Amino acid sequence: MQNNFPNEGMSVIVKTITRFTVWLIFLYGLYIVIHGHLSPGGGFAGGVIVALSFVHLTLAYGKNFVMERVNKFAMNSLEAIAAILIVLTGLVGLYVTGYFLANFMGVGKLYTLLSAGYIPMLNIFICVKVGMGLYLVFYYLASFKPKEG
Amino acid sequence: MIIGSIACLEIKNILSSIITIGVVGLGLSLAFLFLGAPDLALVQFVFEILCVIILIRAFAKRSIEVRALRRDVPETIIAIVILASIFVLSIFAFKDLPSFGKPIVRVAERYLAQAGVETGSQNIVTAVILNYRVYDTLGEVTVLFTAILGAVTILRKTGRKKRHAE
Repeated sequence: MQNNFPNEGMSVIVKTITRFTVWLIFLYGLYIVIHGHLSPGGGFAGGVIVALSFVHLTLAYGKNFVMERVNKFAMNSLEAIAAILIVLTGLVGLYVTGYFLANFMGVGKLYTLLSAGYIPMLNIFICVKVGMGLYLVFYYLASFKPKEG
Repeated sequence: MIIGSIACLEIKNILSSIITIGVVGLGLSLAFLFLGAPDLALVQFVFEILCVIILIRAFAKRSIEVRALRRDVPETIIAIVILASIFVLSIFAFKDLPSFGKPIVRVAERYLAQAGVETGSQNIVTAVILNYRVYDTLGEVTVLFTAILGAVTILRKTGRKKRHAE
């Protein structure tokens, strides 16, 4: 990848190591989310790990490098869309079974990846929401400069 | 953890103080892990790292003068008396609590026995927070959404101009 902001961020050593570690952190977050109903973890912890991978990239390369590739408007809307989808899941449950946020899919077979009805789906929505939200908070705090005087 | 929190209050350098806050959080995470709650330990661990990063970014470059606290004798005596009375009262309160591992609430037994069959989720913690107690999770997500809304509103660069600014 071409880096248009070579003077920002940390030293060359940190940047080279970051290139290897950031994908591992991101994939570990996704693993925790997808296996949330089988092993410890879930949408919340996985979302924070996904946000931490973006934070890692921001700390090593500087915020302009990340913001050149990631659309801030897309992150804002992804977060809002995930919040809407959680409520929509609840409304579908209300329509199908009569209770808000009820499990409208089948239970499935225990100990398999595609089981537990709507729990993996909710995990993924919560992951997107928490990850994007926490990174946006970090971004706004990092780009905030108090005015003089 | 107690040593870390005392050191956090006493250290004059702000960066070392933030790092001791991180030590307190990681100690709490280890405590969760040894009590048999890996879910909580994971969340606590990850959040502590994020908190330390944000605190360092926010405070490390600012030059904040740390004022030495003057300790008044009557205030210290009042604080010690109140803490001692709370300690003595809490001894009486803890006698009435049920012992560890024997909860009063009967619904926990049903969760342990039936969660796998009813929800199809192997991880019972996930089964509880995303199936039996989804309203809780929805409220938590709403709290996070509101926090992000506040951060964006306060910290954005360009304020929205008033229409009748002329």
